[in-house]
Amino acid sequence: MATEHQAGGDGTYYVPAQSKWPIVASIGLFLTMVGAGLMMNNMSAGGQSATGHYVFFAGALVMAYMLFGWFGDVVRESRAGLYSPQMDRSFRWGMGWFIFSEVMFFAAFFGALFFVRYYAVPWLGGEGEKGSSNMLWPGFEAAWPLMTNPDSETFPGPEKLVDPWTLPLINTILLVTSSFTCTKAHHALVADNRKSTQTWLAITLVLGAVFLVVQGYEYYHAYNDLGLTLNSGIYGSTFFMLTGFHGAHVTLGAIMLLVMFIRINKGHFTSKNHFGFEAAAWYWHFVDVVWIGLFLFVYVL
Amino acid sequence: MTDQTIGHVNDHDDSHADHGPPKGLMRWVLTTNHKDIGSMYMWFSFAMFLLGGAMAMVIRAELFQPGLQLVQPEFFNQMTTMHGLIMVFGAVMPAFVGLANWMIPMMIGAPDMALPRMNNWSFWILPFAFALLVSTLFMEGGGPNFGWTFYAPLSTDYAPPSTTFFIFAVHMMGVSSIMGAINVIATILNLRAPGMTLMKMPLFVWTWLITAYLLIAVMPVLAGVVTMMLMDIHFGTAFFNAGGGGDPVLFQHVFWFFGHPEVYIMILPAFGVVSQIIPAFSRKPLFGYTSMVYAVASIAFLSFIVWAHHMFTVGIPLVGEVFFMYATMLIAVPTGVKVFNWVATMFRGALTFETPMLFAVAFVVLFTIGGFSGLMLSIAPADFQYHDTYFVVAHFHYVLVPGAIFAIFAGVYYWLPKWTGHMYDAGLSKVHFWMSFIGMNLTFFPMHFVGLAGMPRRIPDYALQFADFNMIASIGGFMFGVTQLLFLFIVIKCVKGGPKAEAKPWEGAHGLEWMVPSPAPYHTFTTPPDVK
Ligand SMILES: [Cu+2]
Repeated sequence: MATEHQAGGDGTYYVPAQSKWPIVASIGLFLTMVGAGLMMNNMSAGGQSATGHYVFFAGALVMAYMLFGWFGDVVRESRAGLYSPQMDRSFRWGMGWFIFSEVMFFAAFFGALFFVRYYAVPWLGGEGEKGSSNMLWPGFEAAWPLMTNPDSETFPGPEKLVDPWTLPLINTILLVTSSFTCTKAHHALVADNRKSTQTWLAITLVLGAVFLVVQGYEYYHAYNDLGLTLNSGIYGSTFFMLTGFHGAHVTLGAIMLLVMFIRINKGHFTSKNHFGFEAAAWYWHFVDVVWIGLFLFVYVL
Repeated sequence: MTDQTIGHVNDHDDSHADHGPPKGLMRWVLTTNHKDIGSMYMWFSFAMFLLGGAMAMVIRAELFQPGLQLVQPEFFNQMTTMHGLIMVFGAVMPAFVGLANWMIPMMIGAPDMALPRMNNWSFWILPFAFALLVSTLFMEGGGPNFGWTFYAPLSTDYAPPSTTFFIFAVHMMGVSSIMGAINVIATILNLRAPGMTLMKMPLFVWTWLITAYLLIAVMPVLAGVVTMMLMDIHFGTAFFNAGGGGDPVLFQHVFWFFGHPEVYIMILPAFGVVSQIIPAFSRKPLFGYTSMVYAVASIAFLSFIVWAHHMFTVGIPLVGEVFFMYATMLIAVPTGVKVFNWVATMFRGALTFETPMLFAVAFVVLFTIGGFSGLMLSIAPADFQYHDTYFVVAHFHYVLVPGAIFAIFAGVYYWLPKWTGHMYDAGLSKVHFWMSFIGMNLTFFPMHFVGLAGMPRRIPDYALQFADFNMIASIGGFMFGVTQLLFLFIVIKCVKGGPKAEAKPWEGAHGLEWMVPSPAPYHTFTTPPDVK
């Protein structure tokens, strides 16, 4: 291990000078969060105030400014050759553990899904060790997917569900293929073949975009034709929470890849030095793996 | 390693070379220096300690006598809730991150943290997050009033509107903690000086490596559970509503999957601090270094499979009760290894009792009391009696106050000469120790008795037979609270001046941090030292 620590040839490590981006980011995050809170409270109270929208929008602008500025600085420093192989490893550890934190975020929702499916709902239906819960709603029968909720006044159950073998299957094929094309792009980049990198990356982006369009259509379909909404009880809750956060992550991953596409067009990466690209690719594969879990546990099983 | 390898800076941006810190307020806002950021964390933590402490004073003042005297029950609930949240997320956690920032790079011979700008962001999120959290107290309907564990549906269906902002504040704290933890891991795994192998690392570094892993594993789960609350409150979902097929108990499972590792997040770095200090003042190497590392790792592993010991009374299946009971008891084994090793380190050592050592020894004794009451609570059938009584309050305050907080005090006194270049006022610091020691025992020891006798927690009034013990607890609480102002005075006095501290003010101390001058130069180890 020790021999790996000779950083940057002369045994030194790049410590950046003062930076305004962290404080800008803190202000942006604060405004975004306060704005979102104001918007939600206003919505639930049935108010007409637009303050929350303005605050949220201001926060989003600050965040966008920060992202361009901060990542811009990093790209500039990297291209100026200020980073050693050791710095590169710091970025790798950073991205790897960030993805692990995302895995745990999804784990919370998957855990919730398993718990209601194998414990909470059967108990409510009178099965199992805590079947006495059935006394709450004596006529209630447990089933999964749960089509009729215990309290179907407050939570009208879904009429139908999304058929896994139509839109979700298409989306599975799209995303798995895109993981594959993303790897092809990486191989092309390592082989210093810019043209081929661009092509494969463009295909990846298109596949990701089509995925999002299909998912958008699926949501539209769920709300308008199937009666499957956020309000349709625990099935709708877990369904939209998991697929919704996944979709948000696909969007984020696609933005990362788009930035990489632009950077490749600008000639930024070399066959050896392209961790920015790899980080985005890691993220894309992570999003793909989560989808496989979703397809299995939310749609099929 | 010689002194020539330190103290010169030649590898930074030109604007940044060969000088100390920039001047003025913007130094702190824009800094990327781990020492600056460490100091900011420590000061922020202390401010939150005083704020959360002030709320504890309100609680103890109301409980001074039975009956309702000072505050309304609604406000009392907000005080208990905010006291817990502020102490956990605002005082204890940031204090350890501050110690990590200051000490880890110096202990492993690194020039700074691995990702210095992100390090600054991790800190600067916190003042905004806590401004948001505290502002809820002034909103319509009041602040969070459902206890720091914010069980649904109390925190969803029956919560004040300010809960939305509480949720977003928790999200911000989570972002901060995760980034801080990523930084610690990247620093430890990637920035160690040549020769600093993993098994040569100081134990404080080891405990923080494992703590950082816990943080990254469970802070996202906390984010998940508050997100489900948010959806239940505003978007009609049924995660915690049995009417829609969900389950309020689901909340507790997800929360405690975060919550139990969280208690180790607050205590493992304390183990690390104490494991630095006891050998130094025993003038002996730490007994059983390797077993200490494995014990910390085992505790971290076990912390993921014991969460339902907080839920014995909510109605989990019998096999669950039994599993979580035995798994919890198992934690006593690695913890016992640690306590044994600390005692064995002191055994036949040349002991002296400077203030860091006083706090460290008090830690070992009093944390063990908290550990034993935890063992009592882990017995599922007995827990039916103890649950939600003051016995639980006594238990977790014994692991947090003379546990986490005494370790922080010990660490501050131990490293203050390194940070400021001055020795602190030894006499006053001993007053601080004894007042804290007596005050906290007066506060929390009687709580065992009233708890076993059935006094429920989180209630502003109580039955008359608990009056005497509560009055003692309140007097102890005020004593402990006032003493912390003395601590503030001692620290400020030490920053301003005092006897000059040598590079190694403690004769028995070991480690790279004692090889740089005191105060530590603004930049240390820009060229990695060679570790033999
Ligand atoms: Cu626990």
